Amino acid sequence: MSVVDRQDWDVVVVGAGGAGLRAAIEARERGARTAVICKSLFGKAHTVMAEGGIAAAMGNANEHDNWQVHFRDTMRGGKFLNQWRMAELHAQEAPQRVWELETWGALFDRTRDGRISQRNFGGHEYPRLAHVGDRTGLELIRTLQQKIVSLQQEDHRETGDYESRLKVFQECTVTRVLKDGEQVSGVFAYERESGRFFVLQAPAVVIATGGIGKSFKVTSNSWEYTGDGHALALLAGAPLVNMEFVQFHPTGMVWPPSVKGILVTESVRGDGGVLRNSEGKRFMFDYVPDVFKEKYAESEEEADRWYEDPDNNRRPPELLPRDEVARAINSEVKAGRGSPHGGVFLDVSTRMPAEVIRRRLPSMYHQFKELADVDITAESMEVGPTCHYVMGGVAVDSDTAAARGVPGLFAAGEVAGGMHGSNRLGGNSLSDLLVFGRRAGWHAAEYAQGLGRSRPPVDDAQVDTAAAEALRPFSAEEAGARQETGGPPENPYTLHQQLQQTMNDLVGIIRREGEMQEALRKLAELRVRARRAGVEGHRQFNPGWHLALDLRNMLLVSECVARAALERTESRGGHTREDCPSMEREWRPVNLLCRLSDPTGGLAATDPVRGQITLSRETTEPIRPDLLALFEKEELVKYLAEEELYE
Amino acid sequence: MATGTEPPGTQPRPSGGGVHSPARAAIAAPHLRTDRWWLAPAATAAGLFAFVVYSTWRAFANADYYAAPYVSPFYSPCLAQNCRTMHAGPNADLFGSWWAISPAIIILIFPLGFRLTCYYYRKAYYRGFWASPPACAVAEPHKKYTGETRFPLILQNVHRYFFYAAILVAGVLTYDTVLSFRDQHYRWGHMGLGTLVFLVNIALIWTYTISCHSCRHIVGGQLKHFSKHPVRYRAWRFVGRLNAHHMLLAWLSLASVALADFYVYLVASGVFDDPRFF
Amino acid sequence: MSSYEARFKVWRGDADGGGLKDFRVEVNDGEVVLDIIHRLQATQAPDLAVRWNCKAGKCGSCSAEINGRPRLMCMTRMSVFAPEETVTVTPLRTFPVIRDLVTDVGFNYVKAREVPSFVPPAGLGPGEYRMFQEDVDRPQEFRKCIECFLCQDVCHVVRDHEDNKRAYAGPRFLMRVAELDMHPLDAAEESGLDRKASAQDDHGLGYCNITKCCTEVCPEGIRITDNALIPLKERAVDRKYDPLVWLGSKIGRRRT
Repeated sequence: MSVVDRQDWDVVVVGAGGAGLRAAIEARERGARTAVICKSLFGKAHTVMAEGGIAAAMGNANEHDNWQVHFRDTMRGGKFLNQWRMAELHAQEAPQRVWELETWGALFDRTRDGRISQRNFGGHEYPRLAHVGDRTGLELIRTLQQKIVSLQQEDHRETGDYESRLKVFQECTVTRVLKDGEQVSGVFAYERESGRFFVLQAPAVVIATGGIGKSFKVTSNSWEYTGDGHALALLAGAPLVNMEFVQFHPTGMVWPPSVKGILVTESVRGDGGVLRNSEGKRFMFDYVPDVFKEKYAESEEEADRWYEDPDNNRRPPELLPRDEVARAINSEVKAGRGSPHGGVFLDVSTRMPAEVIRRRLPSMYHQFKELADVDITAESMEVGPTCHYVMGGVAVDSDTAAARGVPGLFAAGEVAGGMHGSNRLGGNSLSDLLVFGRRAGWHAAEYAQGLGRSRPPVDDAQVDTAAAEALRPFSAEEAGARQETGGPPENPYTLHQQLQQTMNDLVGIIRREGEMQEALRKLAELRVRARRAGVEGHRQFNPGWHLALDLRNMLLVSECVARAALERTESRGGHTREDCPSMEREWRPVNLLCRLSDPTGGLAATDPVRGQITLSRETTEPIRPDLLALFEKEELVKYLAEEELYE
Repeated sequence: MATGTEPPGTQPRPSGGGVHSPARAAIAAPHLRTDRWWLAPAATAAGLFAFVVYSTWRAFANADYYAAPYVSPFYSPCLAQNCRTMHAGPNADLFGSWWAISPAIIILIFPLGFRLTCYYYRKAYYRGFWASPPACAVAEPHKKYTGETRFPLILQNVHRYFFYAAILVAGVLTYDTVLSFRDQHYRWGHMGLGTLVFLVNIALIWTYTISCHSCRHIVGGQLKHFSKHPVRYRAWRFVGRLNAHHMLLAWLSLASVALADFYVYLVASGVFDDPRFF
Repeated sequence: MSSYEARFKVWRGDADGGGLKDFRVEVNDGEVVLDIIHRLQATQAPDLAVRWNCKAGKCGSCSAEINGRPRLMCMTRMSVFAPEETVTVTPLRTFPVIRDLVTDVGFNYVKAREVPSFVPPAGLGPGEYRMFQEDVDRPQEFRKCIECFLCQDVCHVVRDHEDNKRAYAGPRFLMRVAELDMHPLDAAEESGLDRKASAQDDHGLGYCNITKCCTEVCPEGIRITDNALIPLKERAVDRKYDPLVWLGSKIGRRRT
């Protein structure tokens, strides 16, 4: 085995999206030498895809807005399953995080009096989303990227080296978090470009790798979203929480096939777009659930008045939380009232003048024009649900973002669970990235500094094991010939396609017990075959090899989703069971935790029945009374069990 | 399947410069464009060349530039003693008798300089004549390139002064256009085909001049806060809208100025009588 | 039209050499070039290296040269080619190649670091920034940049002259200088940094001969030349070549 290059850092951040970069900035500003590792080029992270905006109760557009209202909206959106302390911190700190971006050079759209403009979004009571046209994610990532560069320039002035205190390892993938006993000691990674392995020794690791969408066929997520962070945490011994909650964004493109799943921003509806079925009916009026009855308009007239006069009218049902809208579209299509390509119609062309559409939704205009040959100022878009976000994730401490049970491991952003409960509101993810990215960076730096000189050493044996694991796809053929794993090498692309199809069909937007059991069987079979995933060529920028390695993560995470979804016998937020269609109050205080069955982090378990994941239930901490007091009693009884109300 | 897992070593590879530099992808063709990329630079070069030939002939001809009430824009204002007398016209004997060659040369420097340093024309002739580059992603034939960093091309930065001068020249041409409402006996109340040619020409000259990038900068582009200068902001937006058509205006005004001159030539040389509207 | 078999030539190789390889591959209705590259990976060339991310024209990763023109593979629809046409895909030809369609774009990250960052105004805390839409419109256009580096690739200053890479930042980063200079609250001047002059002195603005290829290839439709580079040249003229403006700035308090 070749000698593996090693470097020492205080904090290693895995992932360079919004949460990762914010964590790195915070850690560096608190004096920790910080390394960021990302799979793509610096500045290409999936955060750039976020369109609508950053939710923060700044009250610029409506002075009645404040953190309490934002907290309430978030809890309602998540059907009260949210880790309430996270929702509280998030609502309180989001405005500060947005304003801070301005001091780093961000340029948001403005109100007439020069403050940050805020727009309406599904589930938010007031216009709350700070935005830049429909490219807010790009602005966020660029601002953070440029802030990192500015810190590096500072370091360069002081030390003569841009990367002395803050370095970005771009196009590198982490395959293992290394541990010394219980504690984190570093990460094992490879350079995608050269295929060379290296180890970053660090006592604190922040996981900020985003989501898992690439396990599904129709998704708005990019190739990076293979659940790496979820898997790294599992393998390091940390539990994942509530993995059954996967958000299907109601509006993804459905045609042409090659772009199926690409996101159509919610701002289209926030700015006046409406959903119609093939009969031309605005069907969302038929799908307002009881818990939201008082908050949403009952007639088209009232809904249309709301855009001009939100104080005296109720909002249109197109702006219900995403889970509701996605389910409604699904039902319409099933009932045979869908569009020609199996979606429904989203129309702005009859709602706004063409020039306004082009100004307010420039990238949507562009996207449909270029990719589908549809002029959204003249015709309707065809849209349907697409896998968009995972609410579940690494179980973390609300205040410190520390992963449970593994000292030195932190998680922030989409990879962390709890904040959004069973369903995330649009706009809450960008603010989540900033609020908890900062907290993760802060506590990781503090933790690393608290250890002083007594840092956990990196174990050579673990490095060798990790290297062997990463090289296995190159020897798949020999392994097959020796009958070790019993079969010919498998094409990783084929395995990936089959995994996506399985998850899409069997653990998708509407779930049934039998199908999920079938999914678990298929996953087990894929897991066995994935051990024989083989690749051609050498280690230098070899996408087949990269995919073969990512398969391990996708299979682990998919199993978590399927097992947790099978266990939760109710429908709530991003988890809809056809066989258990109602929301059950008894399930509200229950979290499902996924852990690796083999606590040593080994992955030998290919037994299809037992699988690699063990599930356990946990009762959540009661919501603090002062936070409960923010809600009307009539509303709470819809969500909370009797005994929770009177505690 | 299953080749070595260590990446191959790298050896230097002999090659040339530019897209054939050693580390770049080894592709022999200097470019792989399959469209008719040469059409635009060829057309540009042809158009500019035609104008240069025509204007050189006319500028040095020193004849047939005045047919009352029309004065050729190439010879206006006319600033030497050898100018033809134009009643209340744009002549002033600033240079005296020592100026022996065509008086057009004195004044043509300014519009010529304005167009030569114009941001659009620079693009046009760098591409069309210098092939620097001939078209996008088509390799240029030069070994060395320093752009506008040193003499003489650093002088392109004087564009702004030519803009100021072009404003004055446009002013004189406006005056000429007004004078074209006289008849050949200098009585007001005439309009001929020539007047119309002059009107079109002066409109194009002005829109081309105003749509200049330097103008856009001066009227408002240099500001940091438009919000504090609402009038200049509106002016900047107006010029910006014109500026988007700078290329079109550059060609149209080039054609119209040549046409106006040619019209005067035809009338002055007696080929043609100016048709009168009133 | 449903599906047909297209002829492709894709450059394969690395820094040691390589060449165009022929492929025949299925093309379906509505597909883009990146779909075809992915199909090649899945069926014929599993180790074909290509960079991509969002596949929606938002991240700027899948830059390549298609039939000799710098473009995003995800935004180039197959319908723009005739079915009998051979489509040639090569890596960007301005940067060192790593493997197949992947190039080393490190040049751009080096240049990004050389542009001094936004200088926050003294005395304004978070939440106290007031800016007006008409003032942020200009820099916002430049912030649409997805850093696909197609403008850097097509710019003949560095494409055809390797030595100029040292002195010249390229359209993307000159535009960044313009963006900061037009930022309504950037306090660089107060801190003693003259972005206008430094564009010429430190970032090689003079190399640009405004031949507009950057604007032609920009997938975001940013008018780089007209709105960033030329205004920046004019601003440099203010500082360095216009005695009237220079005099004015010395005498009056022409705070704009």
